[in-house]
Amino acid sequence: MQNPIISIRNLSVEFNSIKVLDDINLDIYQDDFIGIAGPNGAGKSTLIKTLLNLNNYTGEINLWDKPLNKFKNWNYIGYLPQSPNQYSHQFPATVEEIVALGLISSLDFPRILDKKSLQRVKDILTELEIIDLTKTSIHDLSGGQRQRVWLAKALVSEPKVLILDEPTNALDPEIRQVFYKQITKLHKQGVAIILITHDTSDIGTYAKKLLLLDTKVIFWGEFSDICNSDKMSSYFGEAAKHLICHQHE
Amino acid sequence: MNNLINILQYQFVERAIIAGLFLGIVCAVMGVFLVLRKMSLIGDGLAHISFGAIAIGIVFGFYPLVTAIPLVIIASLIIYALTRKHIIEGDAIIGILASLGLAMGVILSSISTGFNVDIFSYLFGNILSITQPDLLFVIIGSIIILSIIILFYQEFMAISFNPEQAQISGIPVTILDILFSIITALTVLMSIKLAGALLVSALIILPASSSLQIAKSFQNTVLLAIVFALVSILIGIIISFVFNIPTGATIVTVNAIIFFAILIIKLLKAKELSYRNM
Repeated sequence: MQNPIISIRNLSVEFNSIKVLDDINLDIYQDDFIGIAGPNGAGKSTLIKTLLNLNNYTGEINLWDKPLNKFKNWNYIGYLPQSPNQYSHQFPATVEEIVALGLISSLDFPRILDKKSLQRVKDILTELEIIDLTKTSIHDLSGGQRQRVWLAKALVSEPKVLILDEPTNALDPEIRQVFYKQITKLHKQGVAIILITHDTSDIGTYAKKLLLLDTKVIFWGEFSDICNSDKMSSYFGEAAKHLICHQHE
Repeated sequence: MNNLINILQYQFVERAIIAGLFLGIVCAVMGVFLVLRKMSLIGDGLAHISFGAIAIGIVFGFYPLVTAIPLVIIASLIIYALTRKHIIEGDAIIGILASLGLAMGVILSSISTGFNVDIFSYLFGNILSITQPDLLFVIIGSIIILSIIILFYQEFMAISFNPEQAQISGIPVTILDILFSIITALTVLMSIKLAGALLVSALIILPASSSLQIAKSFQNTVLLAIVFALVSILIGIIISFVFNIPTGATIVTVNAIIFFAILIIKLLKAKELSYRNM
């Protein structure tokens, strides 16, 4: 039995004395593709940000068998945040410069970009078919192009797990499909995927396990288990249940 | 041309130009990070605090920087700490400490009439009066600040782009923010003789703001800001010497002319483009 890459025990998070996460227990493995779902305010993004050491918490979090506060290999984790476009509208940067920022976690001090690093940036841009945008300003990109640039930034350090927080919110259906095709390909190459989305059909189509969250864990496990239970209808409704479970029949 | 060569023969002009070149580079580079982090006003605030801190040194008979360096660094760290913990808004604490610094300077200069000329040279600045120890401070300070920026260039860029994502990359954001606050304080202190407490923030904000209008990459923004700063300082020193007008104010005016010229050209180009697309 392989060790979990992420292990969470009795995790609770409070903001202003309000419990946002309550007694969460999870083990995530290298071959997992997990969909995290739940209503607004269920604590989905809080869970991810806590895993990324951005929140205070009680309980225990281990990443690759190391306690979170002692974990140093941040290049193991690629993260595509919910609102990656939150930067100064003035910020002057090319696609190459932004993607290179994703390498910081894998560079030793002084973190100066050498030829090898720049080649890695070129490789990931080629892989995601945006190499022709290398010297383009990030302000001159379309929504779909920008999303690929953020994905390139998340992937450039060759992470072992990729965390996607509502990654396709602003994308039209065609670009969305291309995006998920790339994610599925990455998963096949051995990258664990954690996907938060409101879109139940995306979860049903791509994820293998479901974490249903509403401050507490409502369901955690294989789709086949939840599809046979009442929880599915009560949380998603009959139509969504059909859509999700149909993919896993 | 002969006049220009004559100007350069004066030792004080030579010192002014050397100091100006170092300060131009440091202010331009720091300016890019400060403007992008929406911290432009901190230069203004720290400059006013510097005025009070320098006055304390002059009144008590120390070399002014002996009192100014620790006091301004402490003020910069207080601004950072209070802003970070959201105890008070950044612009409010900058305003409060700046007013206090200026008030201290005015009170101390009024009770020690003999030192007024010295103190007010820091308020309005005069790079032509820069002394050998001042020049040494500028050169050593500039080398330290630029070395820190070069060593942590990627980290400072990542924090300016998005502090939360920088932290997720394993960057020690708080430690680097503290380091950045210290070098911001040093930059302001070094520049105060050049432009004076009232105008020093312009040296930090203007070259970066001009550059941000046209540069497409971060690297070019930094390089262009340095070019604008150096051109303004050299032209400013020469004009001020030839026409016998205050150097700091002339440098800031040249900087402002460059900024508005770029802005107007950019707006005209945008207008032309929108006509073409109609």
